[in-house]
Amino acid sequence: MSSESTSKDSIGIVKTQSVHINQPLKLACGVVLPEHKLVYETYGELNAQRSNGILLCHALSGDHHAAGFHEGDSRPGWWEHYVGPGKAIDSDKFFIVSVNNIGSCFGSTGPMSINPETGERWGGSFPSLRARDWVESQRLLMEYLNIDCWAAIIGGSLGGMQAMRWSLEHPDKVLNAVVIASSMKLTAQNIAFNEIARRAIKSDPDFCDGNYLQQGKAPLRGLALARMIGHVTYLSDELMGQKFGRELRIGDLVDRNADPVEFQVESYLNYQGDKFSDSFDANSYILITKMLDYFDLSREYDNDPIKAFSHSKCNFLVISFSSDWRFAPERSREITDALLAANRPVSYTEIESDKGHDAFLLPNVRYEDALGGYLSRVATQLQGGAQ
Amino acid sequence: MSQDYGFISDWIKADSKVLDLGCGDGALLLQLQQKHNILGYGLEIDPQSISQCIANGVNVIEQDLNKGLTNFADGSFDTVVMTQALQAMRYPHLVLDEMLRIGSECIITFPNFGYWGTRAYLNFRGRMPVTKQLAYQWYDTPNIHFFTYADFEALCRERNIDILHRRTMAEHFPDKQLKSLWPNLFTQTAVYHLSRK
Repeated sequence: MSSESTSKDSIGIVKTQSVHINQPLKLACGVVLPEHKLVYETYGELNAQRSNGILLCHALSGDHHAAGFHEGDSRPGWWEHYVGPGKAIDSDKFFIVSVNNIGSCFGSTGPMSINPETGERWGGSFPSLRARDWVESQRLLMEYLNIDCWAAIIGGSLGGMQAMRWSLEHPDKVLNAVVIASSMKLTAQNIAFNEIARRAIKSDPDFCDGNYLQQGKAPLRGLALARMIGHVTYLSDELMGQKFGRELRIGDLVDRNADPVEFQVESYLNYQGDKFSDSFDANSYILITKMLDYFDLSREYDNDPIKAFSHSKCNFLVISFSSDWRFAPERSREITDALLAANRPVSYTEIESDKGHDAFLLPNVRYEDALGGYLSRVATQLQGGAQ
Repeated sequence: MSQDYGFISDWIKADSKVLDLGCGDGALLLQLQQKHNILGYGLEIDPQSISQCIANGVNVIEQDLNKGLTNFADGSFDTVVMTQALQAMRYPHLVLDEMLRIGSECIITFPNFGYWGTRAYLNFRGRMPVTKQLAYQWYDTPNIHFFTYADFEALCRERNIDILHRRTMAEHFPDKQLKSLWPNLFTQTAVYHLSRK
């Protein structure tokens, strides 16, 4: 627990695993997936009691590759700063499971998979998903891994929503839920940003009503634009100012005869957008942003979050970031207040950061202390229970 | 400090729900958890203290007491505790009202500015007292309200607050022996157990 987080060892080379879940998965929309494939990674060893499992829940654009490096790859997983030996989510103490969820596009069943009924790719016809469907599919993976109860379920953003949903749907299968930069439901502004992103994708002529794969096309420009919009909302004004200011990449604003200018921030955003559209599937983006919009933790509990959380049995750690305006600290306070009113054990901390929503992925000493301190206590308790 | 925890602990019922305002590293709540199996929460703003609470397994909520406690419902706690922090609040009387709104009972400890040592410091040195309990210079102290045992008694009368128990604490001879006779003069730390009449 020090500022040396980044110098700590990486878990090193990791391998992706996959499993065909042959049990039917009944989705919230009524559609039944007779079977589905999940790709996942694990870090650390499962103990003899099979009690030290931690489930990582990814967010909108995340995948199963949370930590370490794939053979021949120079880029580590998306949560490398926090997952690994001696890190806050410590692979020396826990058996960490990171799964790519259905509907996504990194190998698990989703719009790019073949629909067994038609023999064609699902594309835009992939059934609508809810966070509970991810939870149910994760539960089937848990069964496959022969784990009865997670020591902790951890997630940021949409990942935190899954952790909360788990605590209500399967209160006996989770001891701790760590809910980071999340919310019990999206605000109108948040839904608005998601709709702008979807509209950008659908406006691309190559979208072909969601059937672009069948036609050998891809709405790359639309998806890039969607990501650019999203990316801006994940950063803070302050951070963008520090990072780019009004620096020019090309051209000169003093010499009026010079070639057109390009701001650094334009170049950065275009690069981020293009990089994303090369690696993500547009139908998945639409599907998962809708899942975010539809999420409402307490809808089925008379819209009463206190009533909802009274079904949970686990301990909670809730974390927010001061400059996060997409999932603002107020949203995390609402979670915390509901837990308090429901007499549930909860700790809450608002981490000072200028990194916006993305802060949950980035190094920060206080964040690391809170998360690492919390989990090392969980590990100590597990050992106590084993003695 | 460990001594006033002793009193506090005696006044807390087993399995009750306790809110500690300005809980520091959570030592009191941890003790009450172990001794009385309470459901405890602490409020704190100091990052290091928050990290310590989390690592100690104490429920801690990052919240600035000076920004109000409106997120807590009336009567939602059995006991609301505040140790050695009332003098640092912007409006101590309003904090007290809030504590008695949220909790059925509340427990307060504060340094008695009427203690003879403090009085003597100001009287003879002519400088604002810097003591073990009030270990700051006047310009950088978080303790923005100085009040005495007698002041607090008066406040309780004015605001119709019922004093269930009071304890006076002093470290040395002859204070220990004399504090029951002249509490305002010989008490270093006052401990009150209060409820709304």
